[in-house]
Amino acid sequence: MGEFSRPMPVPTPISQPFWDALAEHTIRIQYSPSAQRYVFYPRILAPGTLADDLEWRQISGAAALYSYTVAHRPVAPHFADAVPHIIAVAQWDEGPRFATEIVNADPAELRVGMRIQPVFVDVPEEGITLLRYEPA
Amino acid sequence: MGLRGEAAIVGYTERAATKRPTGPLESTLEQWARLAAATLADAGLPATEVDGICTGHLQEVGIFAPSTIAEYLGMKVNFAEMVDLGGASAAAMVWRAAAAIELGLCKAVLCVLPGTPLTPFSEKKPPQVNDSLHFGGSSNRYGSPQAEFEIPYGTLGQNGPYARVATLYSATYGYDERAMAKIAADQRVNANHHPGAIFHDVPITVEDVINSPVIVSPLHMLEIVMPVMGGAGVLVTNADLARRSPNRPVWVKGFGERVNCKMVMYAENALQTPMIQAAPSAFSMAGLSPADMDMVSIYDCYTITALLSLEDAGFCEKGAGLKFVAEHDLTFRGDFPMNTAGGQLGYGQAGFAGGMHHVCDASRQIMGRAGATQVTDCNRAFVSGNGGVLAEQTTLVLEGD
Repeated sequence: MGEFSRPMPVPTPISQPFWDALAEHTIRIQYSPSAQRYVFYPRILAPGTLADDLEWRQISGAAALYSYTVAHRPVAPHFADAVPHIIAVAQWDEGPRFATEIVNADPAELRVGMRIQPVFVDVPEEGITLLRYEPA
Repeated sequence: MGLRGEAAIVGYTERAATKRPTGPLESTLEQWARLAAATLADAGLPATEVDGICTGHLQEVGIFAPSTIAEYLGMKVNFAEMVDLGGASAAAMVWRAAAAIELGLCKAVLCVLPGTPLTPFSEKKPPQVNDSLHFGGSSNRYGSPQAEFEIPYGTLGQNGPYARVATLYSATYGYDERAMAKIAADQRVNANHHPGAIFHDVPITVEDVINSPVIVSPLHMLEIVMPVMGGAGVLVTNADLARRSPNRPVWVKGFGERVNCKMVMYAENALQTPMIQAAPSAFSMAGLSPADMDMVSIYDCYTITALLSLEDAGFCEKGAGLKFVAEHDLTFRGDFPMNTAGGQLGYGQAGFAGGMHHVCDASRQIMGRAGATQVTDCNRAFVSGNGGVLAEQTTLVLEGD
């Protein structure tokens, strides 16, 4: 990895429950009962309404591939070993979208809208579990 | 609601694009001063008339940028504005200046964006280099949503996020690789006729674009702007000063601004760009329609940006942009003159001054100073700005007397 190791997420007090859930290989995101919608990324108040009613709910993680690109050049030196790198956006069945990477896939088999499923990637030295996706 | 069209761009400056600085390095504050002087000289008006400034970030100061500029230039201003809308900043600065003038706050507003990031260096005060150098417009600081939820997966900077929009476009409306490439190729013709463009001496064809390496699918290298050194500015004045300038005034007749998010993937629909609100605002304010424009200068960091902007500004039907591009000649001598100075794809992108490229392009045409690329009888122009990833967009409708 050398000088440029992959940038890792650093949880905040507000986002910690999301990362705690990933460590258990489950997915928990916020929900606003007054707005009747799921929210991602984690926030302190509900976007749109600013309602102070966000609560954590577990979701399955089942998603559709909203869009993707195959990076044939590293997007930064930190990702030099990742090419061809499938940088994607998943849309959870509950609505919110999630920036991720697609793994275990041939780029040629990818289609916008295809079903994808979670791949939990533990990074013990960082105390973090990343959430990648693969074709379902 | 809106402008009366009583403020005008009366002078502009746009540095020739270069791969490296051509002279001694200058701080962004020093660049600001030189660009301001060049803009005023172009307008034929003295510095003493300036009573407003619009700026973006300076490298040398974190906060208090406008007052630092006023102090450095020795100007006392009634309007000191800092605009932080990325590539949408330039058009945003112009409308803010016009609004301040129409409110009677001031009579002459300098809008300047330095575009040479290589500045003098001292080992005694080394620059605060951090990894943001590699992450473009994505912040890797603690607490930044991008740092926590995007960058770790490679969603960073611009190339990948814009390419994902192109993928989604393709899946939704279909794709014509040659038509996408034609956007870059037509603009290159314009660049080949415009001194100062980084690719002034390098013609390309549609085949060249398609045969250039795919950097982030489906975008090829020649569909992506090249960063250059440069810098640009305009002077916006009231009607009295505009009459004193030797240049034909370029009246700011309408504008729009819409900010939906920072990253388009968080928009309800990534293919519905903020232009859908920003363009009709400008046209209705001006009492004009897309068909009334004699030329357009469309922000083009990527071919996909230009394509979506053409559609969402109403120059063609949604989803029919590629057909529109294929059926029209976008060069300065064509039936739909667009980005007649090369656009950023042909001229090069000097940081956020790239947004000012489009303001200068339209001003040059309306003033009748576009030389070899002059569009005959050019009186009305549409300008777009774009920041973030199709997240914040601004528009101008400009008109000559």
